[in-house]
Amino acid sequence: MAKQPNKKNQEVETTGHQWDGIEEYNNPLPRWWLWTFYACIVWGIWYVIAYPAWPLVQSATAGYKGWSTRANVAVELAEAEAANAAINAKLETVELTAIAGDPELQGYATSAGNAVFKTWCAQCHGSGAAGAKGYPNLLDNDWLWGGTIEDIHTTIAHGIRNQEDPDARYSQMPAFGEILEPAQIDQVANYVMSMSGEPQDASLVAEGQTVFAENCAACHGEAGAGDIYQGAPNLADAIWLYGGSFDTIKETVTYSRFGVMPPMGGADLSEAEIRAVAIYVHQLGGGE
Amino acid sequence: MAILDKHAILEKNVTLLAIFAFLVVTVGGIVQIAPLFWLENTIEDVEGMRPYSPLELAGRDIYLREGCYVCHSQMIRPMRDEVERYGHYSLAAESKYDHPFQWGSKRTGPDLARVGGRYSDDWHVDHLRDPQSVVPESVMPKYGFLENRMIEPEHIEDLLKAHRLVGVPYSDEMIENAKADFSVQIDPDGDTEGLLARYPKAQVRNFDGQPGISEADALIAYLQMLGTLVDFSTFTPDASR
Repeated sequence: MAKQPNKKNQEVETTGHQWDGIEEYNNPLPRWWLWTFYACIVWGIWYVIAYPAWPLVQSATAGYKGWSTRANVAVELAEAEAANAAINAKLETVELTAIAGDPELQGYATSAGNAVFKTWCAQCHGSGAAGAKGYPNLLDNDWLWGGTIEDIHTTIAHGIRNQEDPDARYSQMPAFGEILEPAQIDQVANYVMSMSGEPQDASLVAEGQTVFAENCAACHGEAGAGDIYQGAPNLADAIWLYGGSFDTIKETVTYSRFGVMPPMGGADLSEAEIRAVAIYVHQLGGGE
Repeated sequence: MAILDKHAILEKNVTLLAIFAFLVVTVGGIVQIAPLFWLENTIEDVEGMRPYSPLELAGRDIYLREGCYVCHSQMIRPMRDEVERYGHYSLAAESKYDHPFQWGSKRTGPDLARVGGRYSDDWHVDHLRDPQSVVPESVMPKYGFLENRMIEPEHIEDLLKAHRLVGVPYSDEMIENAKADFSVQIDPDGDTEGLLARYPKAQVRNFDGQPGISEADALIAYLQMLGTLVDFSTFTPDASR
């Protein structure tokens, strides 16, 4: 191949190397490339001066711009807080029951509560709040500890069955496996199923009713309607937290259940966030 | 230039080339690595960090064995979205007893740096058994078998010693009591005074709710501890770090 002339139509120099008769041209670099290269060097020098760069013996050079990731995130968080400060203050002071009457506050609380719910509640109660086995459905009218806005707020702030928070909701059903005979547990399980009309062994229901009246009615009520002040579930509404099959009810009676909800007050959520998520849960459908 | 003309000497002698290549790489190493041994502001002192209790350390080994780090990071970056979701950004000191650290590089699942105390033990049991039962959209595999695999603390002292070898300050007392501390952490009725003195804030519960110490007990003990050791109410961030 003939030698390619460079732009000035002159003979191109070679680098002087020669390997097995192969020579290498020494064409100049394209101008645009060269200037980009120089610009990068200049930018690099500026960057090293402007931003934290060189690790020295005690600390790294700080850079004249004083850039700090930690300071930046603090500023960003403070900005977001300041932007919502007025409405959060209002949310924290107004009566819980009055929030629904203020469309602006209600709208804000619902959106903010939705975000809090997705972060803190969805893992147990589901992203659609429909619950899972052992984790209550928040969409329906069935409430273990009450469905008014105040009740929901207390439950969220203090949690359920926590040793650390004296204001937490607390109840404990005895494990009746240690109290009743296995036959009695079969009877009462059948009686409980008869309350909500689930298919059951009718021959055991009458005896089950006696066992229920003696052992269960104190908390769950004569008719099994439950008691939100003790967190005793309604047994007659065919809504089951752990399942309504004979085996599951028998398991519940024998070993009892002890579902725990962590308190969200304290370090985790601010009062405004707790109120917002309470409003969000309250407006999902079941709020009283 | 005269010195460049001598380049051919290096190019034609493989031993010399290796030596000079090593010297060049050494410069990069010295600049990047060496200062970390002296820089006082790389790891700040924070109150509350302690070596992991024997049960937590065993749980951490299970976390490694099962490759949890492949999908879960333990590193909350200083960005608003992460801080709002996961809590205070992670501090270097919080991983100082991790060998190796568990920062991770990918989040298929959420960050776990502050998962401790966020969910109940029952939730963890349900979730390990069948993640989709509580989080239907989850793609996490099932780890129910951990409940059925009992663990004995027969090598726990060696595990502590190995960590001491790489710099975790386990005292002789901690190593002597490792077996007892391992077993008592799931027994709220046991004598936990020594355990709590050696490992403040250690949580004592039967984590999986079943008799015996299973791998699930150890793993949940580890998870429930994550991010709970440093008391952030007394922590003032130094913006220069």
